[in-house]
Amino acid sequence: MTEQPLLQATNVRKHFGAIEVLKGIDLTVQQGQVVSLIGASGSGKTTFLRCVNLLEEHDGGEILLDGDPIGYRMIGGKRKRLNETMVSAQRARIGMVFQQFNLFPHLTAAENVMLGLTKVLGKNHAEAKDIAGHWLARVGLGERRDHYPYQLSGGQQQRVAIARAVAMQPRLLLFDEVTSALDPELVAEVLSVMQALAESGMTMLLVSHEMLFVRDVSHHVLFLDQGRVAQAGPPTEVFDNPQSERLRSFLGRFHGIFGR
Amino acid sequence: MDSLMAPGTFLFEAWQARASLASGLGVTLLSSAFSIVIATVCGIAMGVALSYGWWWLRLLSRLYVDLMRGIPVLVLILFTYYGLALFGVNVAAFWAGVIALGAFATAHVAENFRGAVESVPAGQMEAAKAIGLTFGKRLRYVILPQAFRRMLPPWVNTGLEVVKGTTLLSIIGVVELLLSAQQQMARNYMIVEFYLLATVLYLIVNFTLAQLGALLERKTSYLRY
Repeated sequence: MTEQPLLQATNVRKHFGAIEVLKGIDLTVQQGQVVSLIGASGSGKTTFLRCVNLLEEHDGGEILLDGDPIGYRMIGGKRKRLNETMVSAQRARIGMVFQQFNLFPHLTAAENVMLGLTKVLGKNHAEAKDIAGHWLARVGLGERRDHYPYQLSGGQQQRVAIARAVAMQPRLLLFDEVTSALDPELVAEVLSVMQALAESGMTMLLVSHEMLFVRDVSHHVLFLDQGRVAQAGPPTEVFDNPQSERLRSFLGRFHGIFGR
Repeated sequence: MDSLMAPGTFLFEAWQARASLASGLGVTLLSSAFSIVIATVCGIAMGVALSYGWWWLRLLSRLYVDLMRGIPVLVLILFTYYGLALFGVNVAAFWAGVIALGAFATAHVAENFRGAVESVPAGQMEAAKAIGLTFGKRLRYVILPQAFRRMLPPWVNTGLEVVKGTTLLSIIGVVELLLSAQQQMARNYMIVEFYLLATVLYLIVNFTLAQLGALLERKTSYLRY
């Protein structure tokens, strides 16, 4: 008997009009694990991540967070969509970091982190300020707490965004290609923050093209191809023993990075 | 100097007319202010409906906005005053005018609001959702502060239009600035002079309003992105 997975997705499907972007995704994330989704663009990685946080609604299958279905409830054997308040409550249990940072430009770094703490978790100003200070220091930006986003570099903005997500003490953190919009020299500072989070036992689900990082930090890797999981397993297996031509050619593109 | 202020000169007549002109100006200012307040409150509410409402609410608000944009303001005013009376609803001329102008400007504010809200990048709404903010809080703490500054210039324009629109209330007998000036002309036949005087007074009101808007824009310039 294994313990209940933190996140369990079964046969998740999603259409955009006539196009089926997710054709039945199965995925399990245990508490404390780092699970990574890799694959070419258009393979459905980001869409899946967005379904987990209800930024998109999946239209088939189920996603369970701590055993609760995401986005709906079963009432008398029928799927019933959750209302706005319940959806927001579910989202508050899941943190998300975006490719484009999406910091609130009218708020300082600290205020960005504090907004959810005060308006969602109901903490008072002083407490929220302490927590924000703590997490901004953890991502190396203790000195920049009163800066506005436009006064920060891309890497710094993304670290604030990570602090904003993690300060909410979510059960799960989602990372959607968080280094893709960064200048190459700024990628490392963000990855090292993520690495530290992973080592602290944070449960993370990430979409990334940083193959070395994925290989290094993940417990489990899924290769998505055209809306399906084409191969899944521990990173060593996926990276060193690709089963399909598609995965081989996908990994081949990163050949120079692996240096072998 | 005496000849300038003698009976029959412009200055003399203007001085004689000061009380009625001031009262006319007061009515202009008051009806403008009421209309602008109504338009701002209802316009923002309708703007929210336009941008985020259920489909039927969006449809209704869209219909309203297009209707108001398509009907001449004067027709609106006449309808509110005479038309409603046909249905047994009697509204004082002043309030009929305020309601009509407010309803007209509501459409403009709503449309401006929608434009401003839609100019805020989609990622802002998503980030606000991701930290678990509910709809009202997303609007209040994330979207509106960013949309506010973009709404300001068109909002001032709407205000100026409303002030000018109050002249139409003279048609239904509200003695605002234009009608009170005309009443003076009927007495002293100084038509050009009193139209000029009214013009200058309108200019002063609208110039002040525009300057207040510009001041507000400067005060909120820290909201730059």
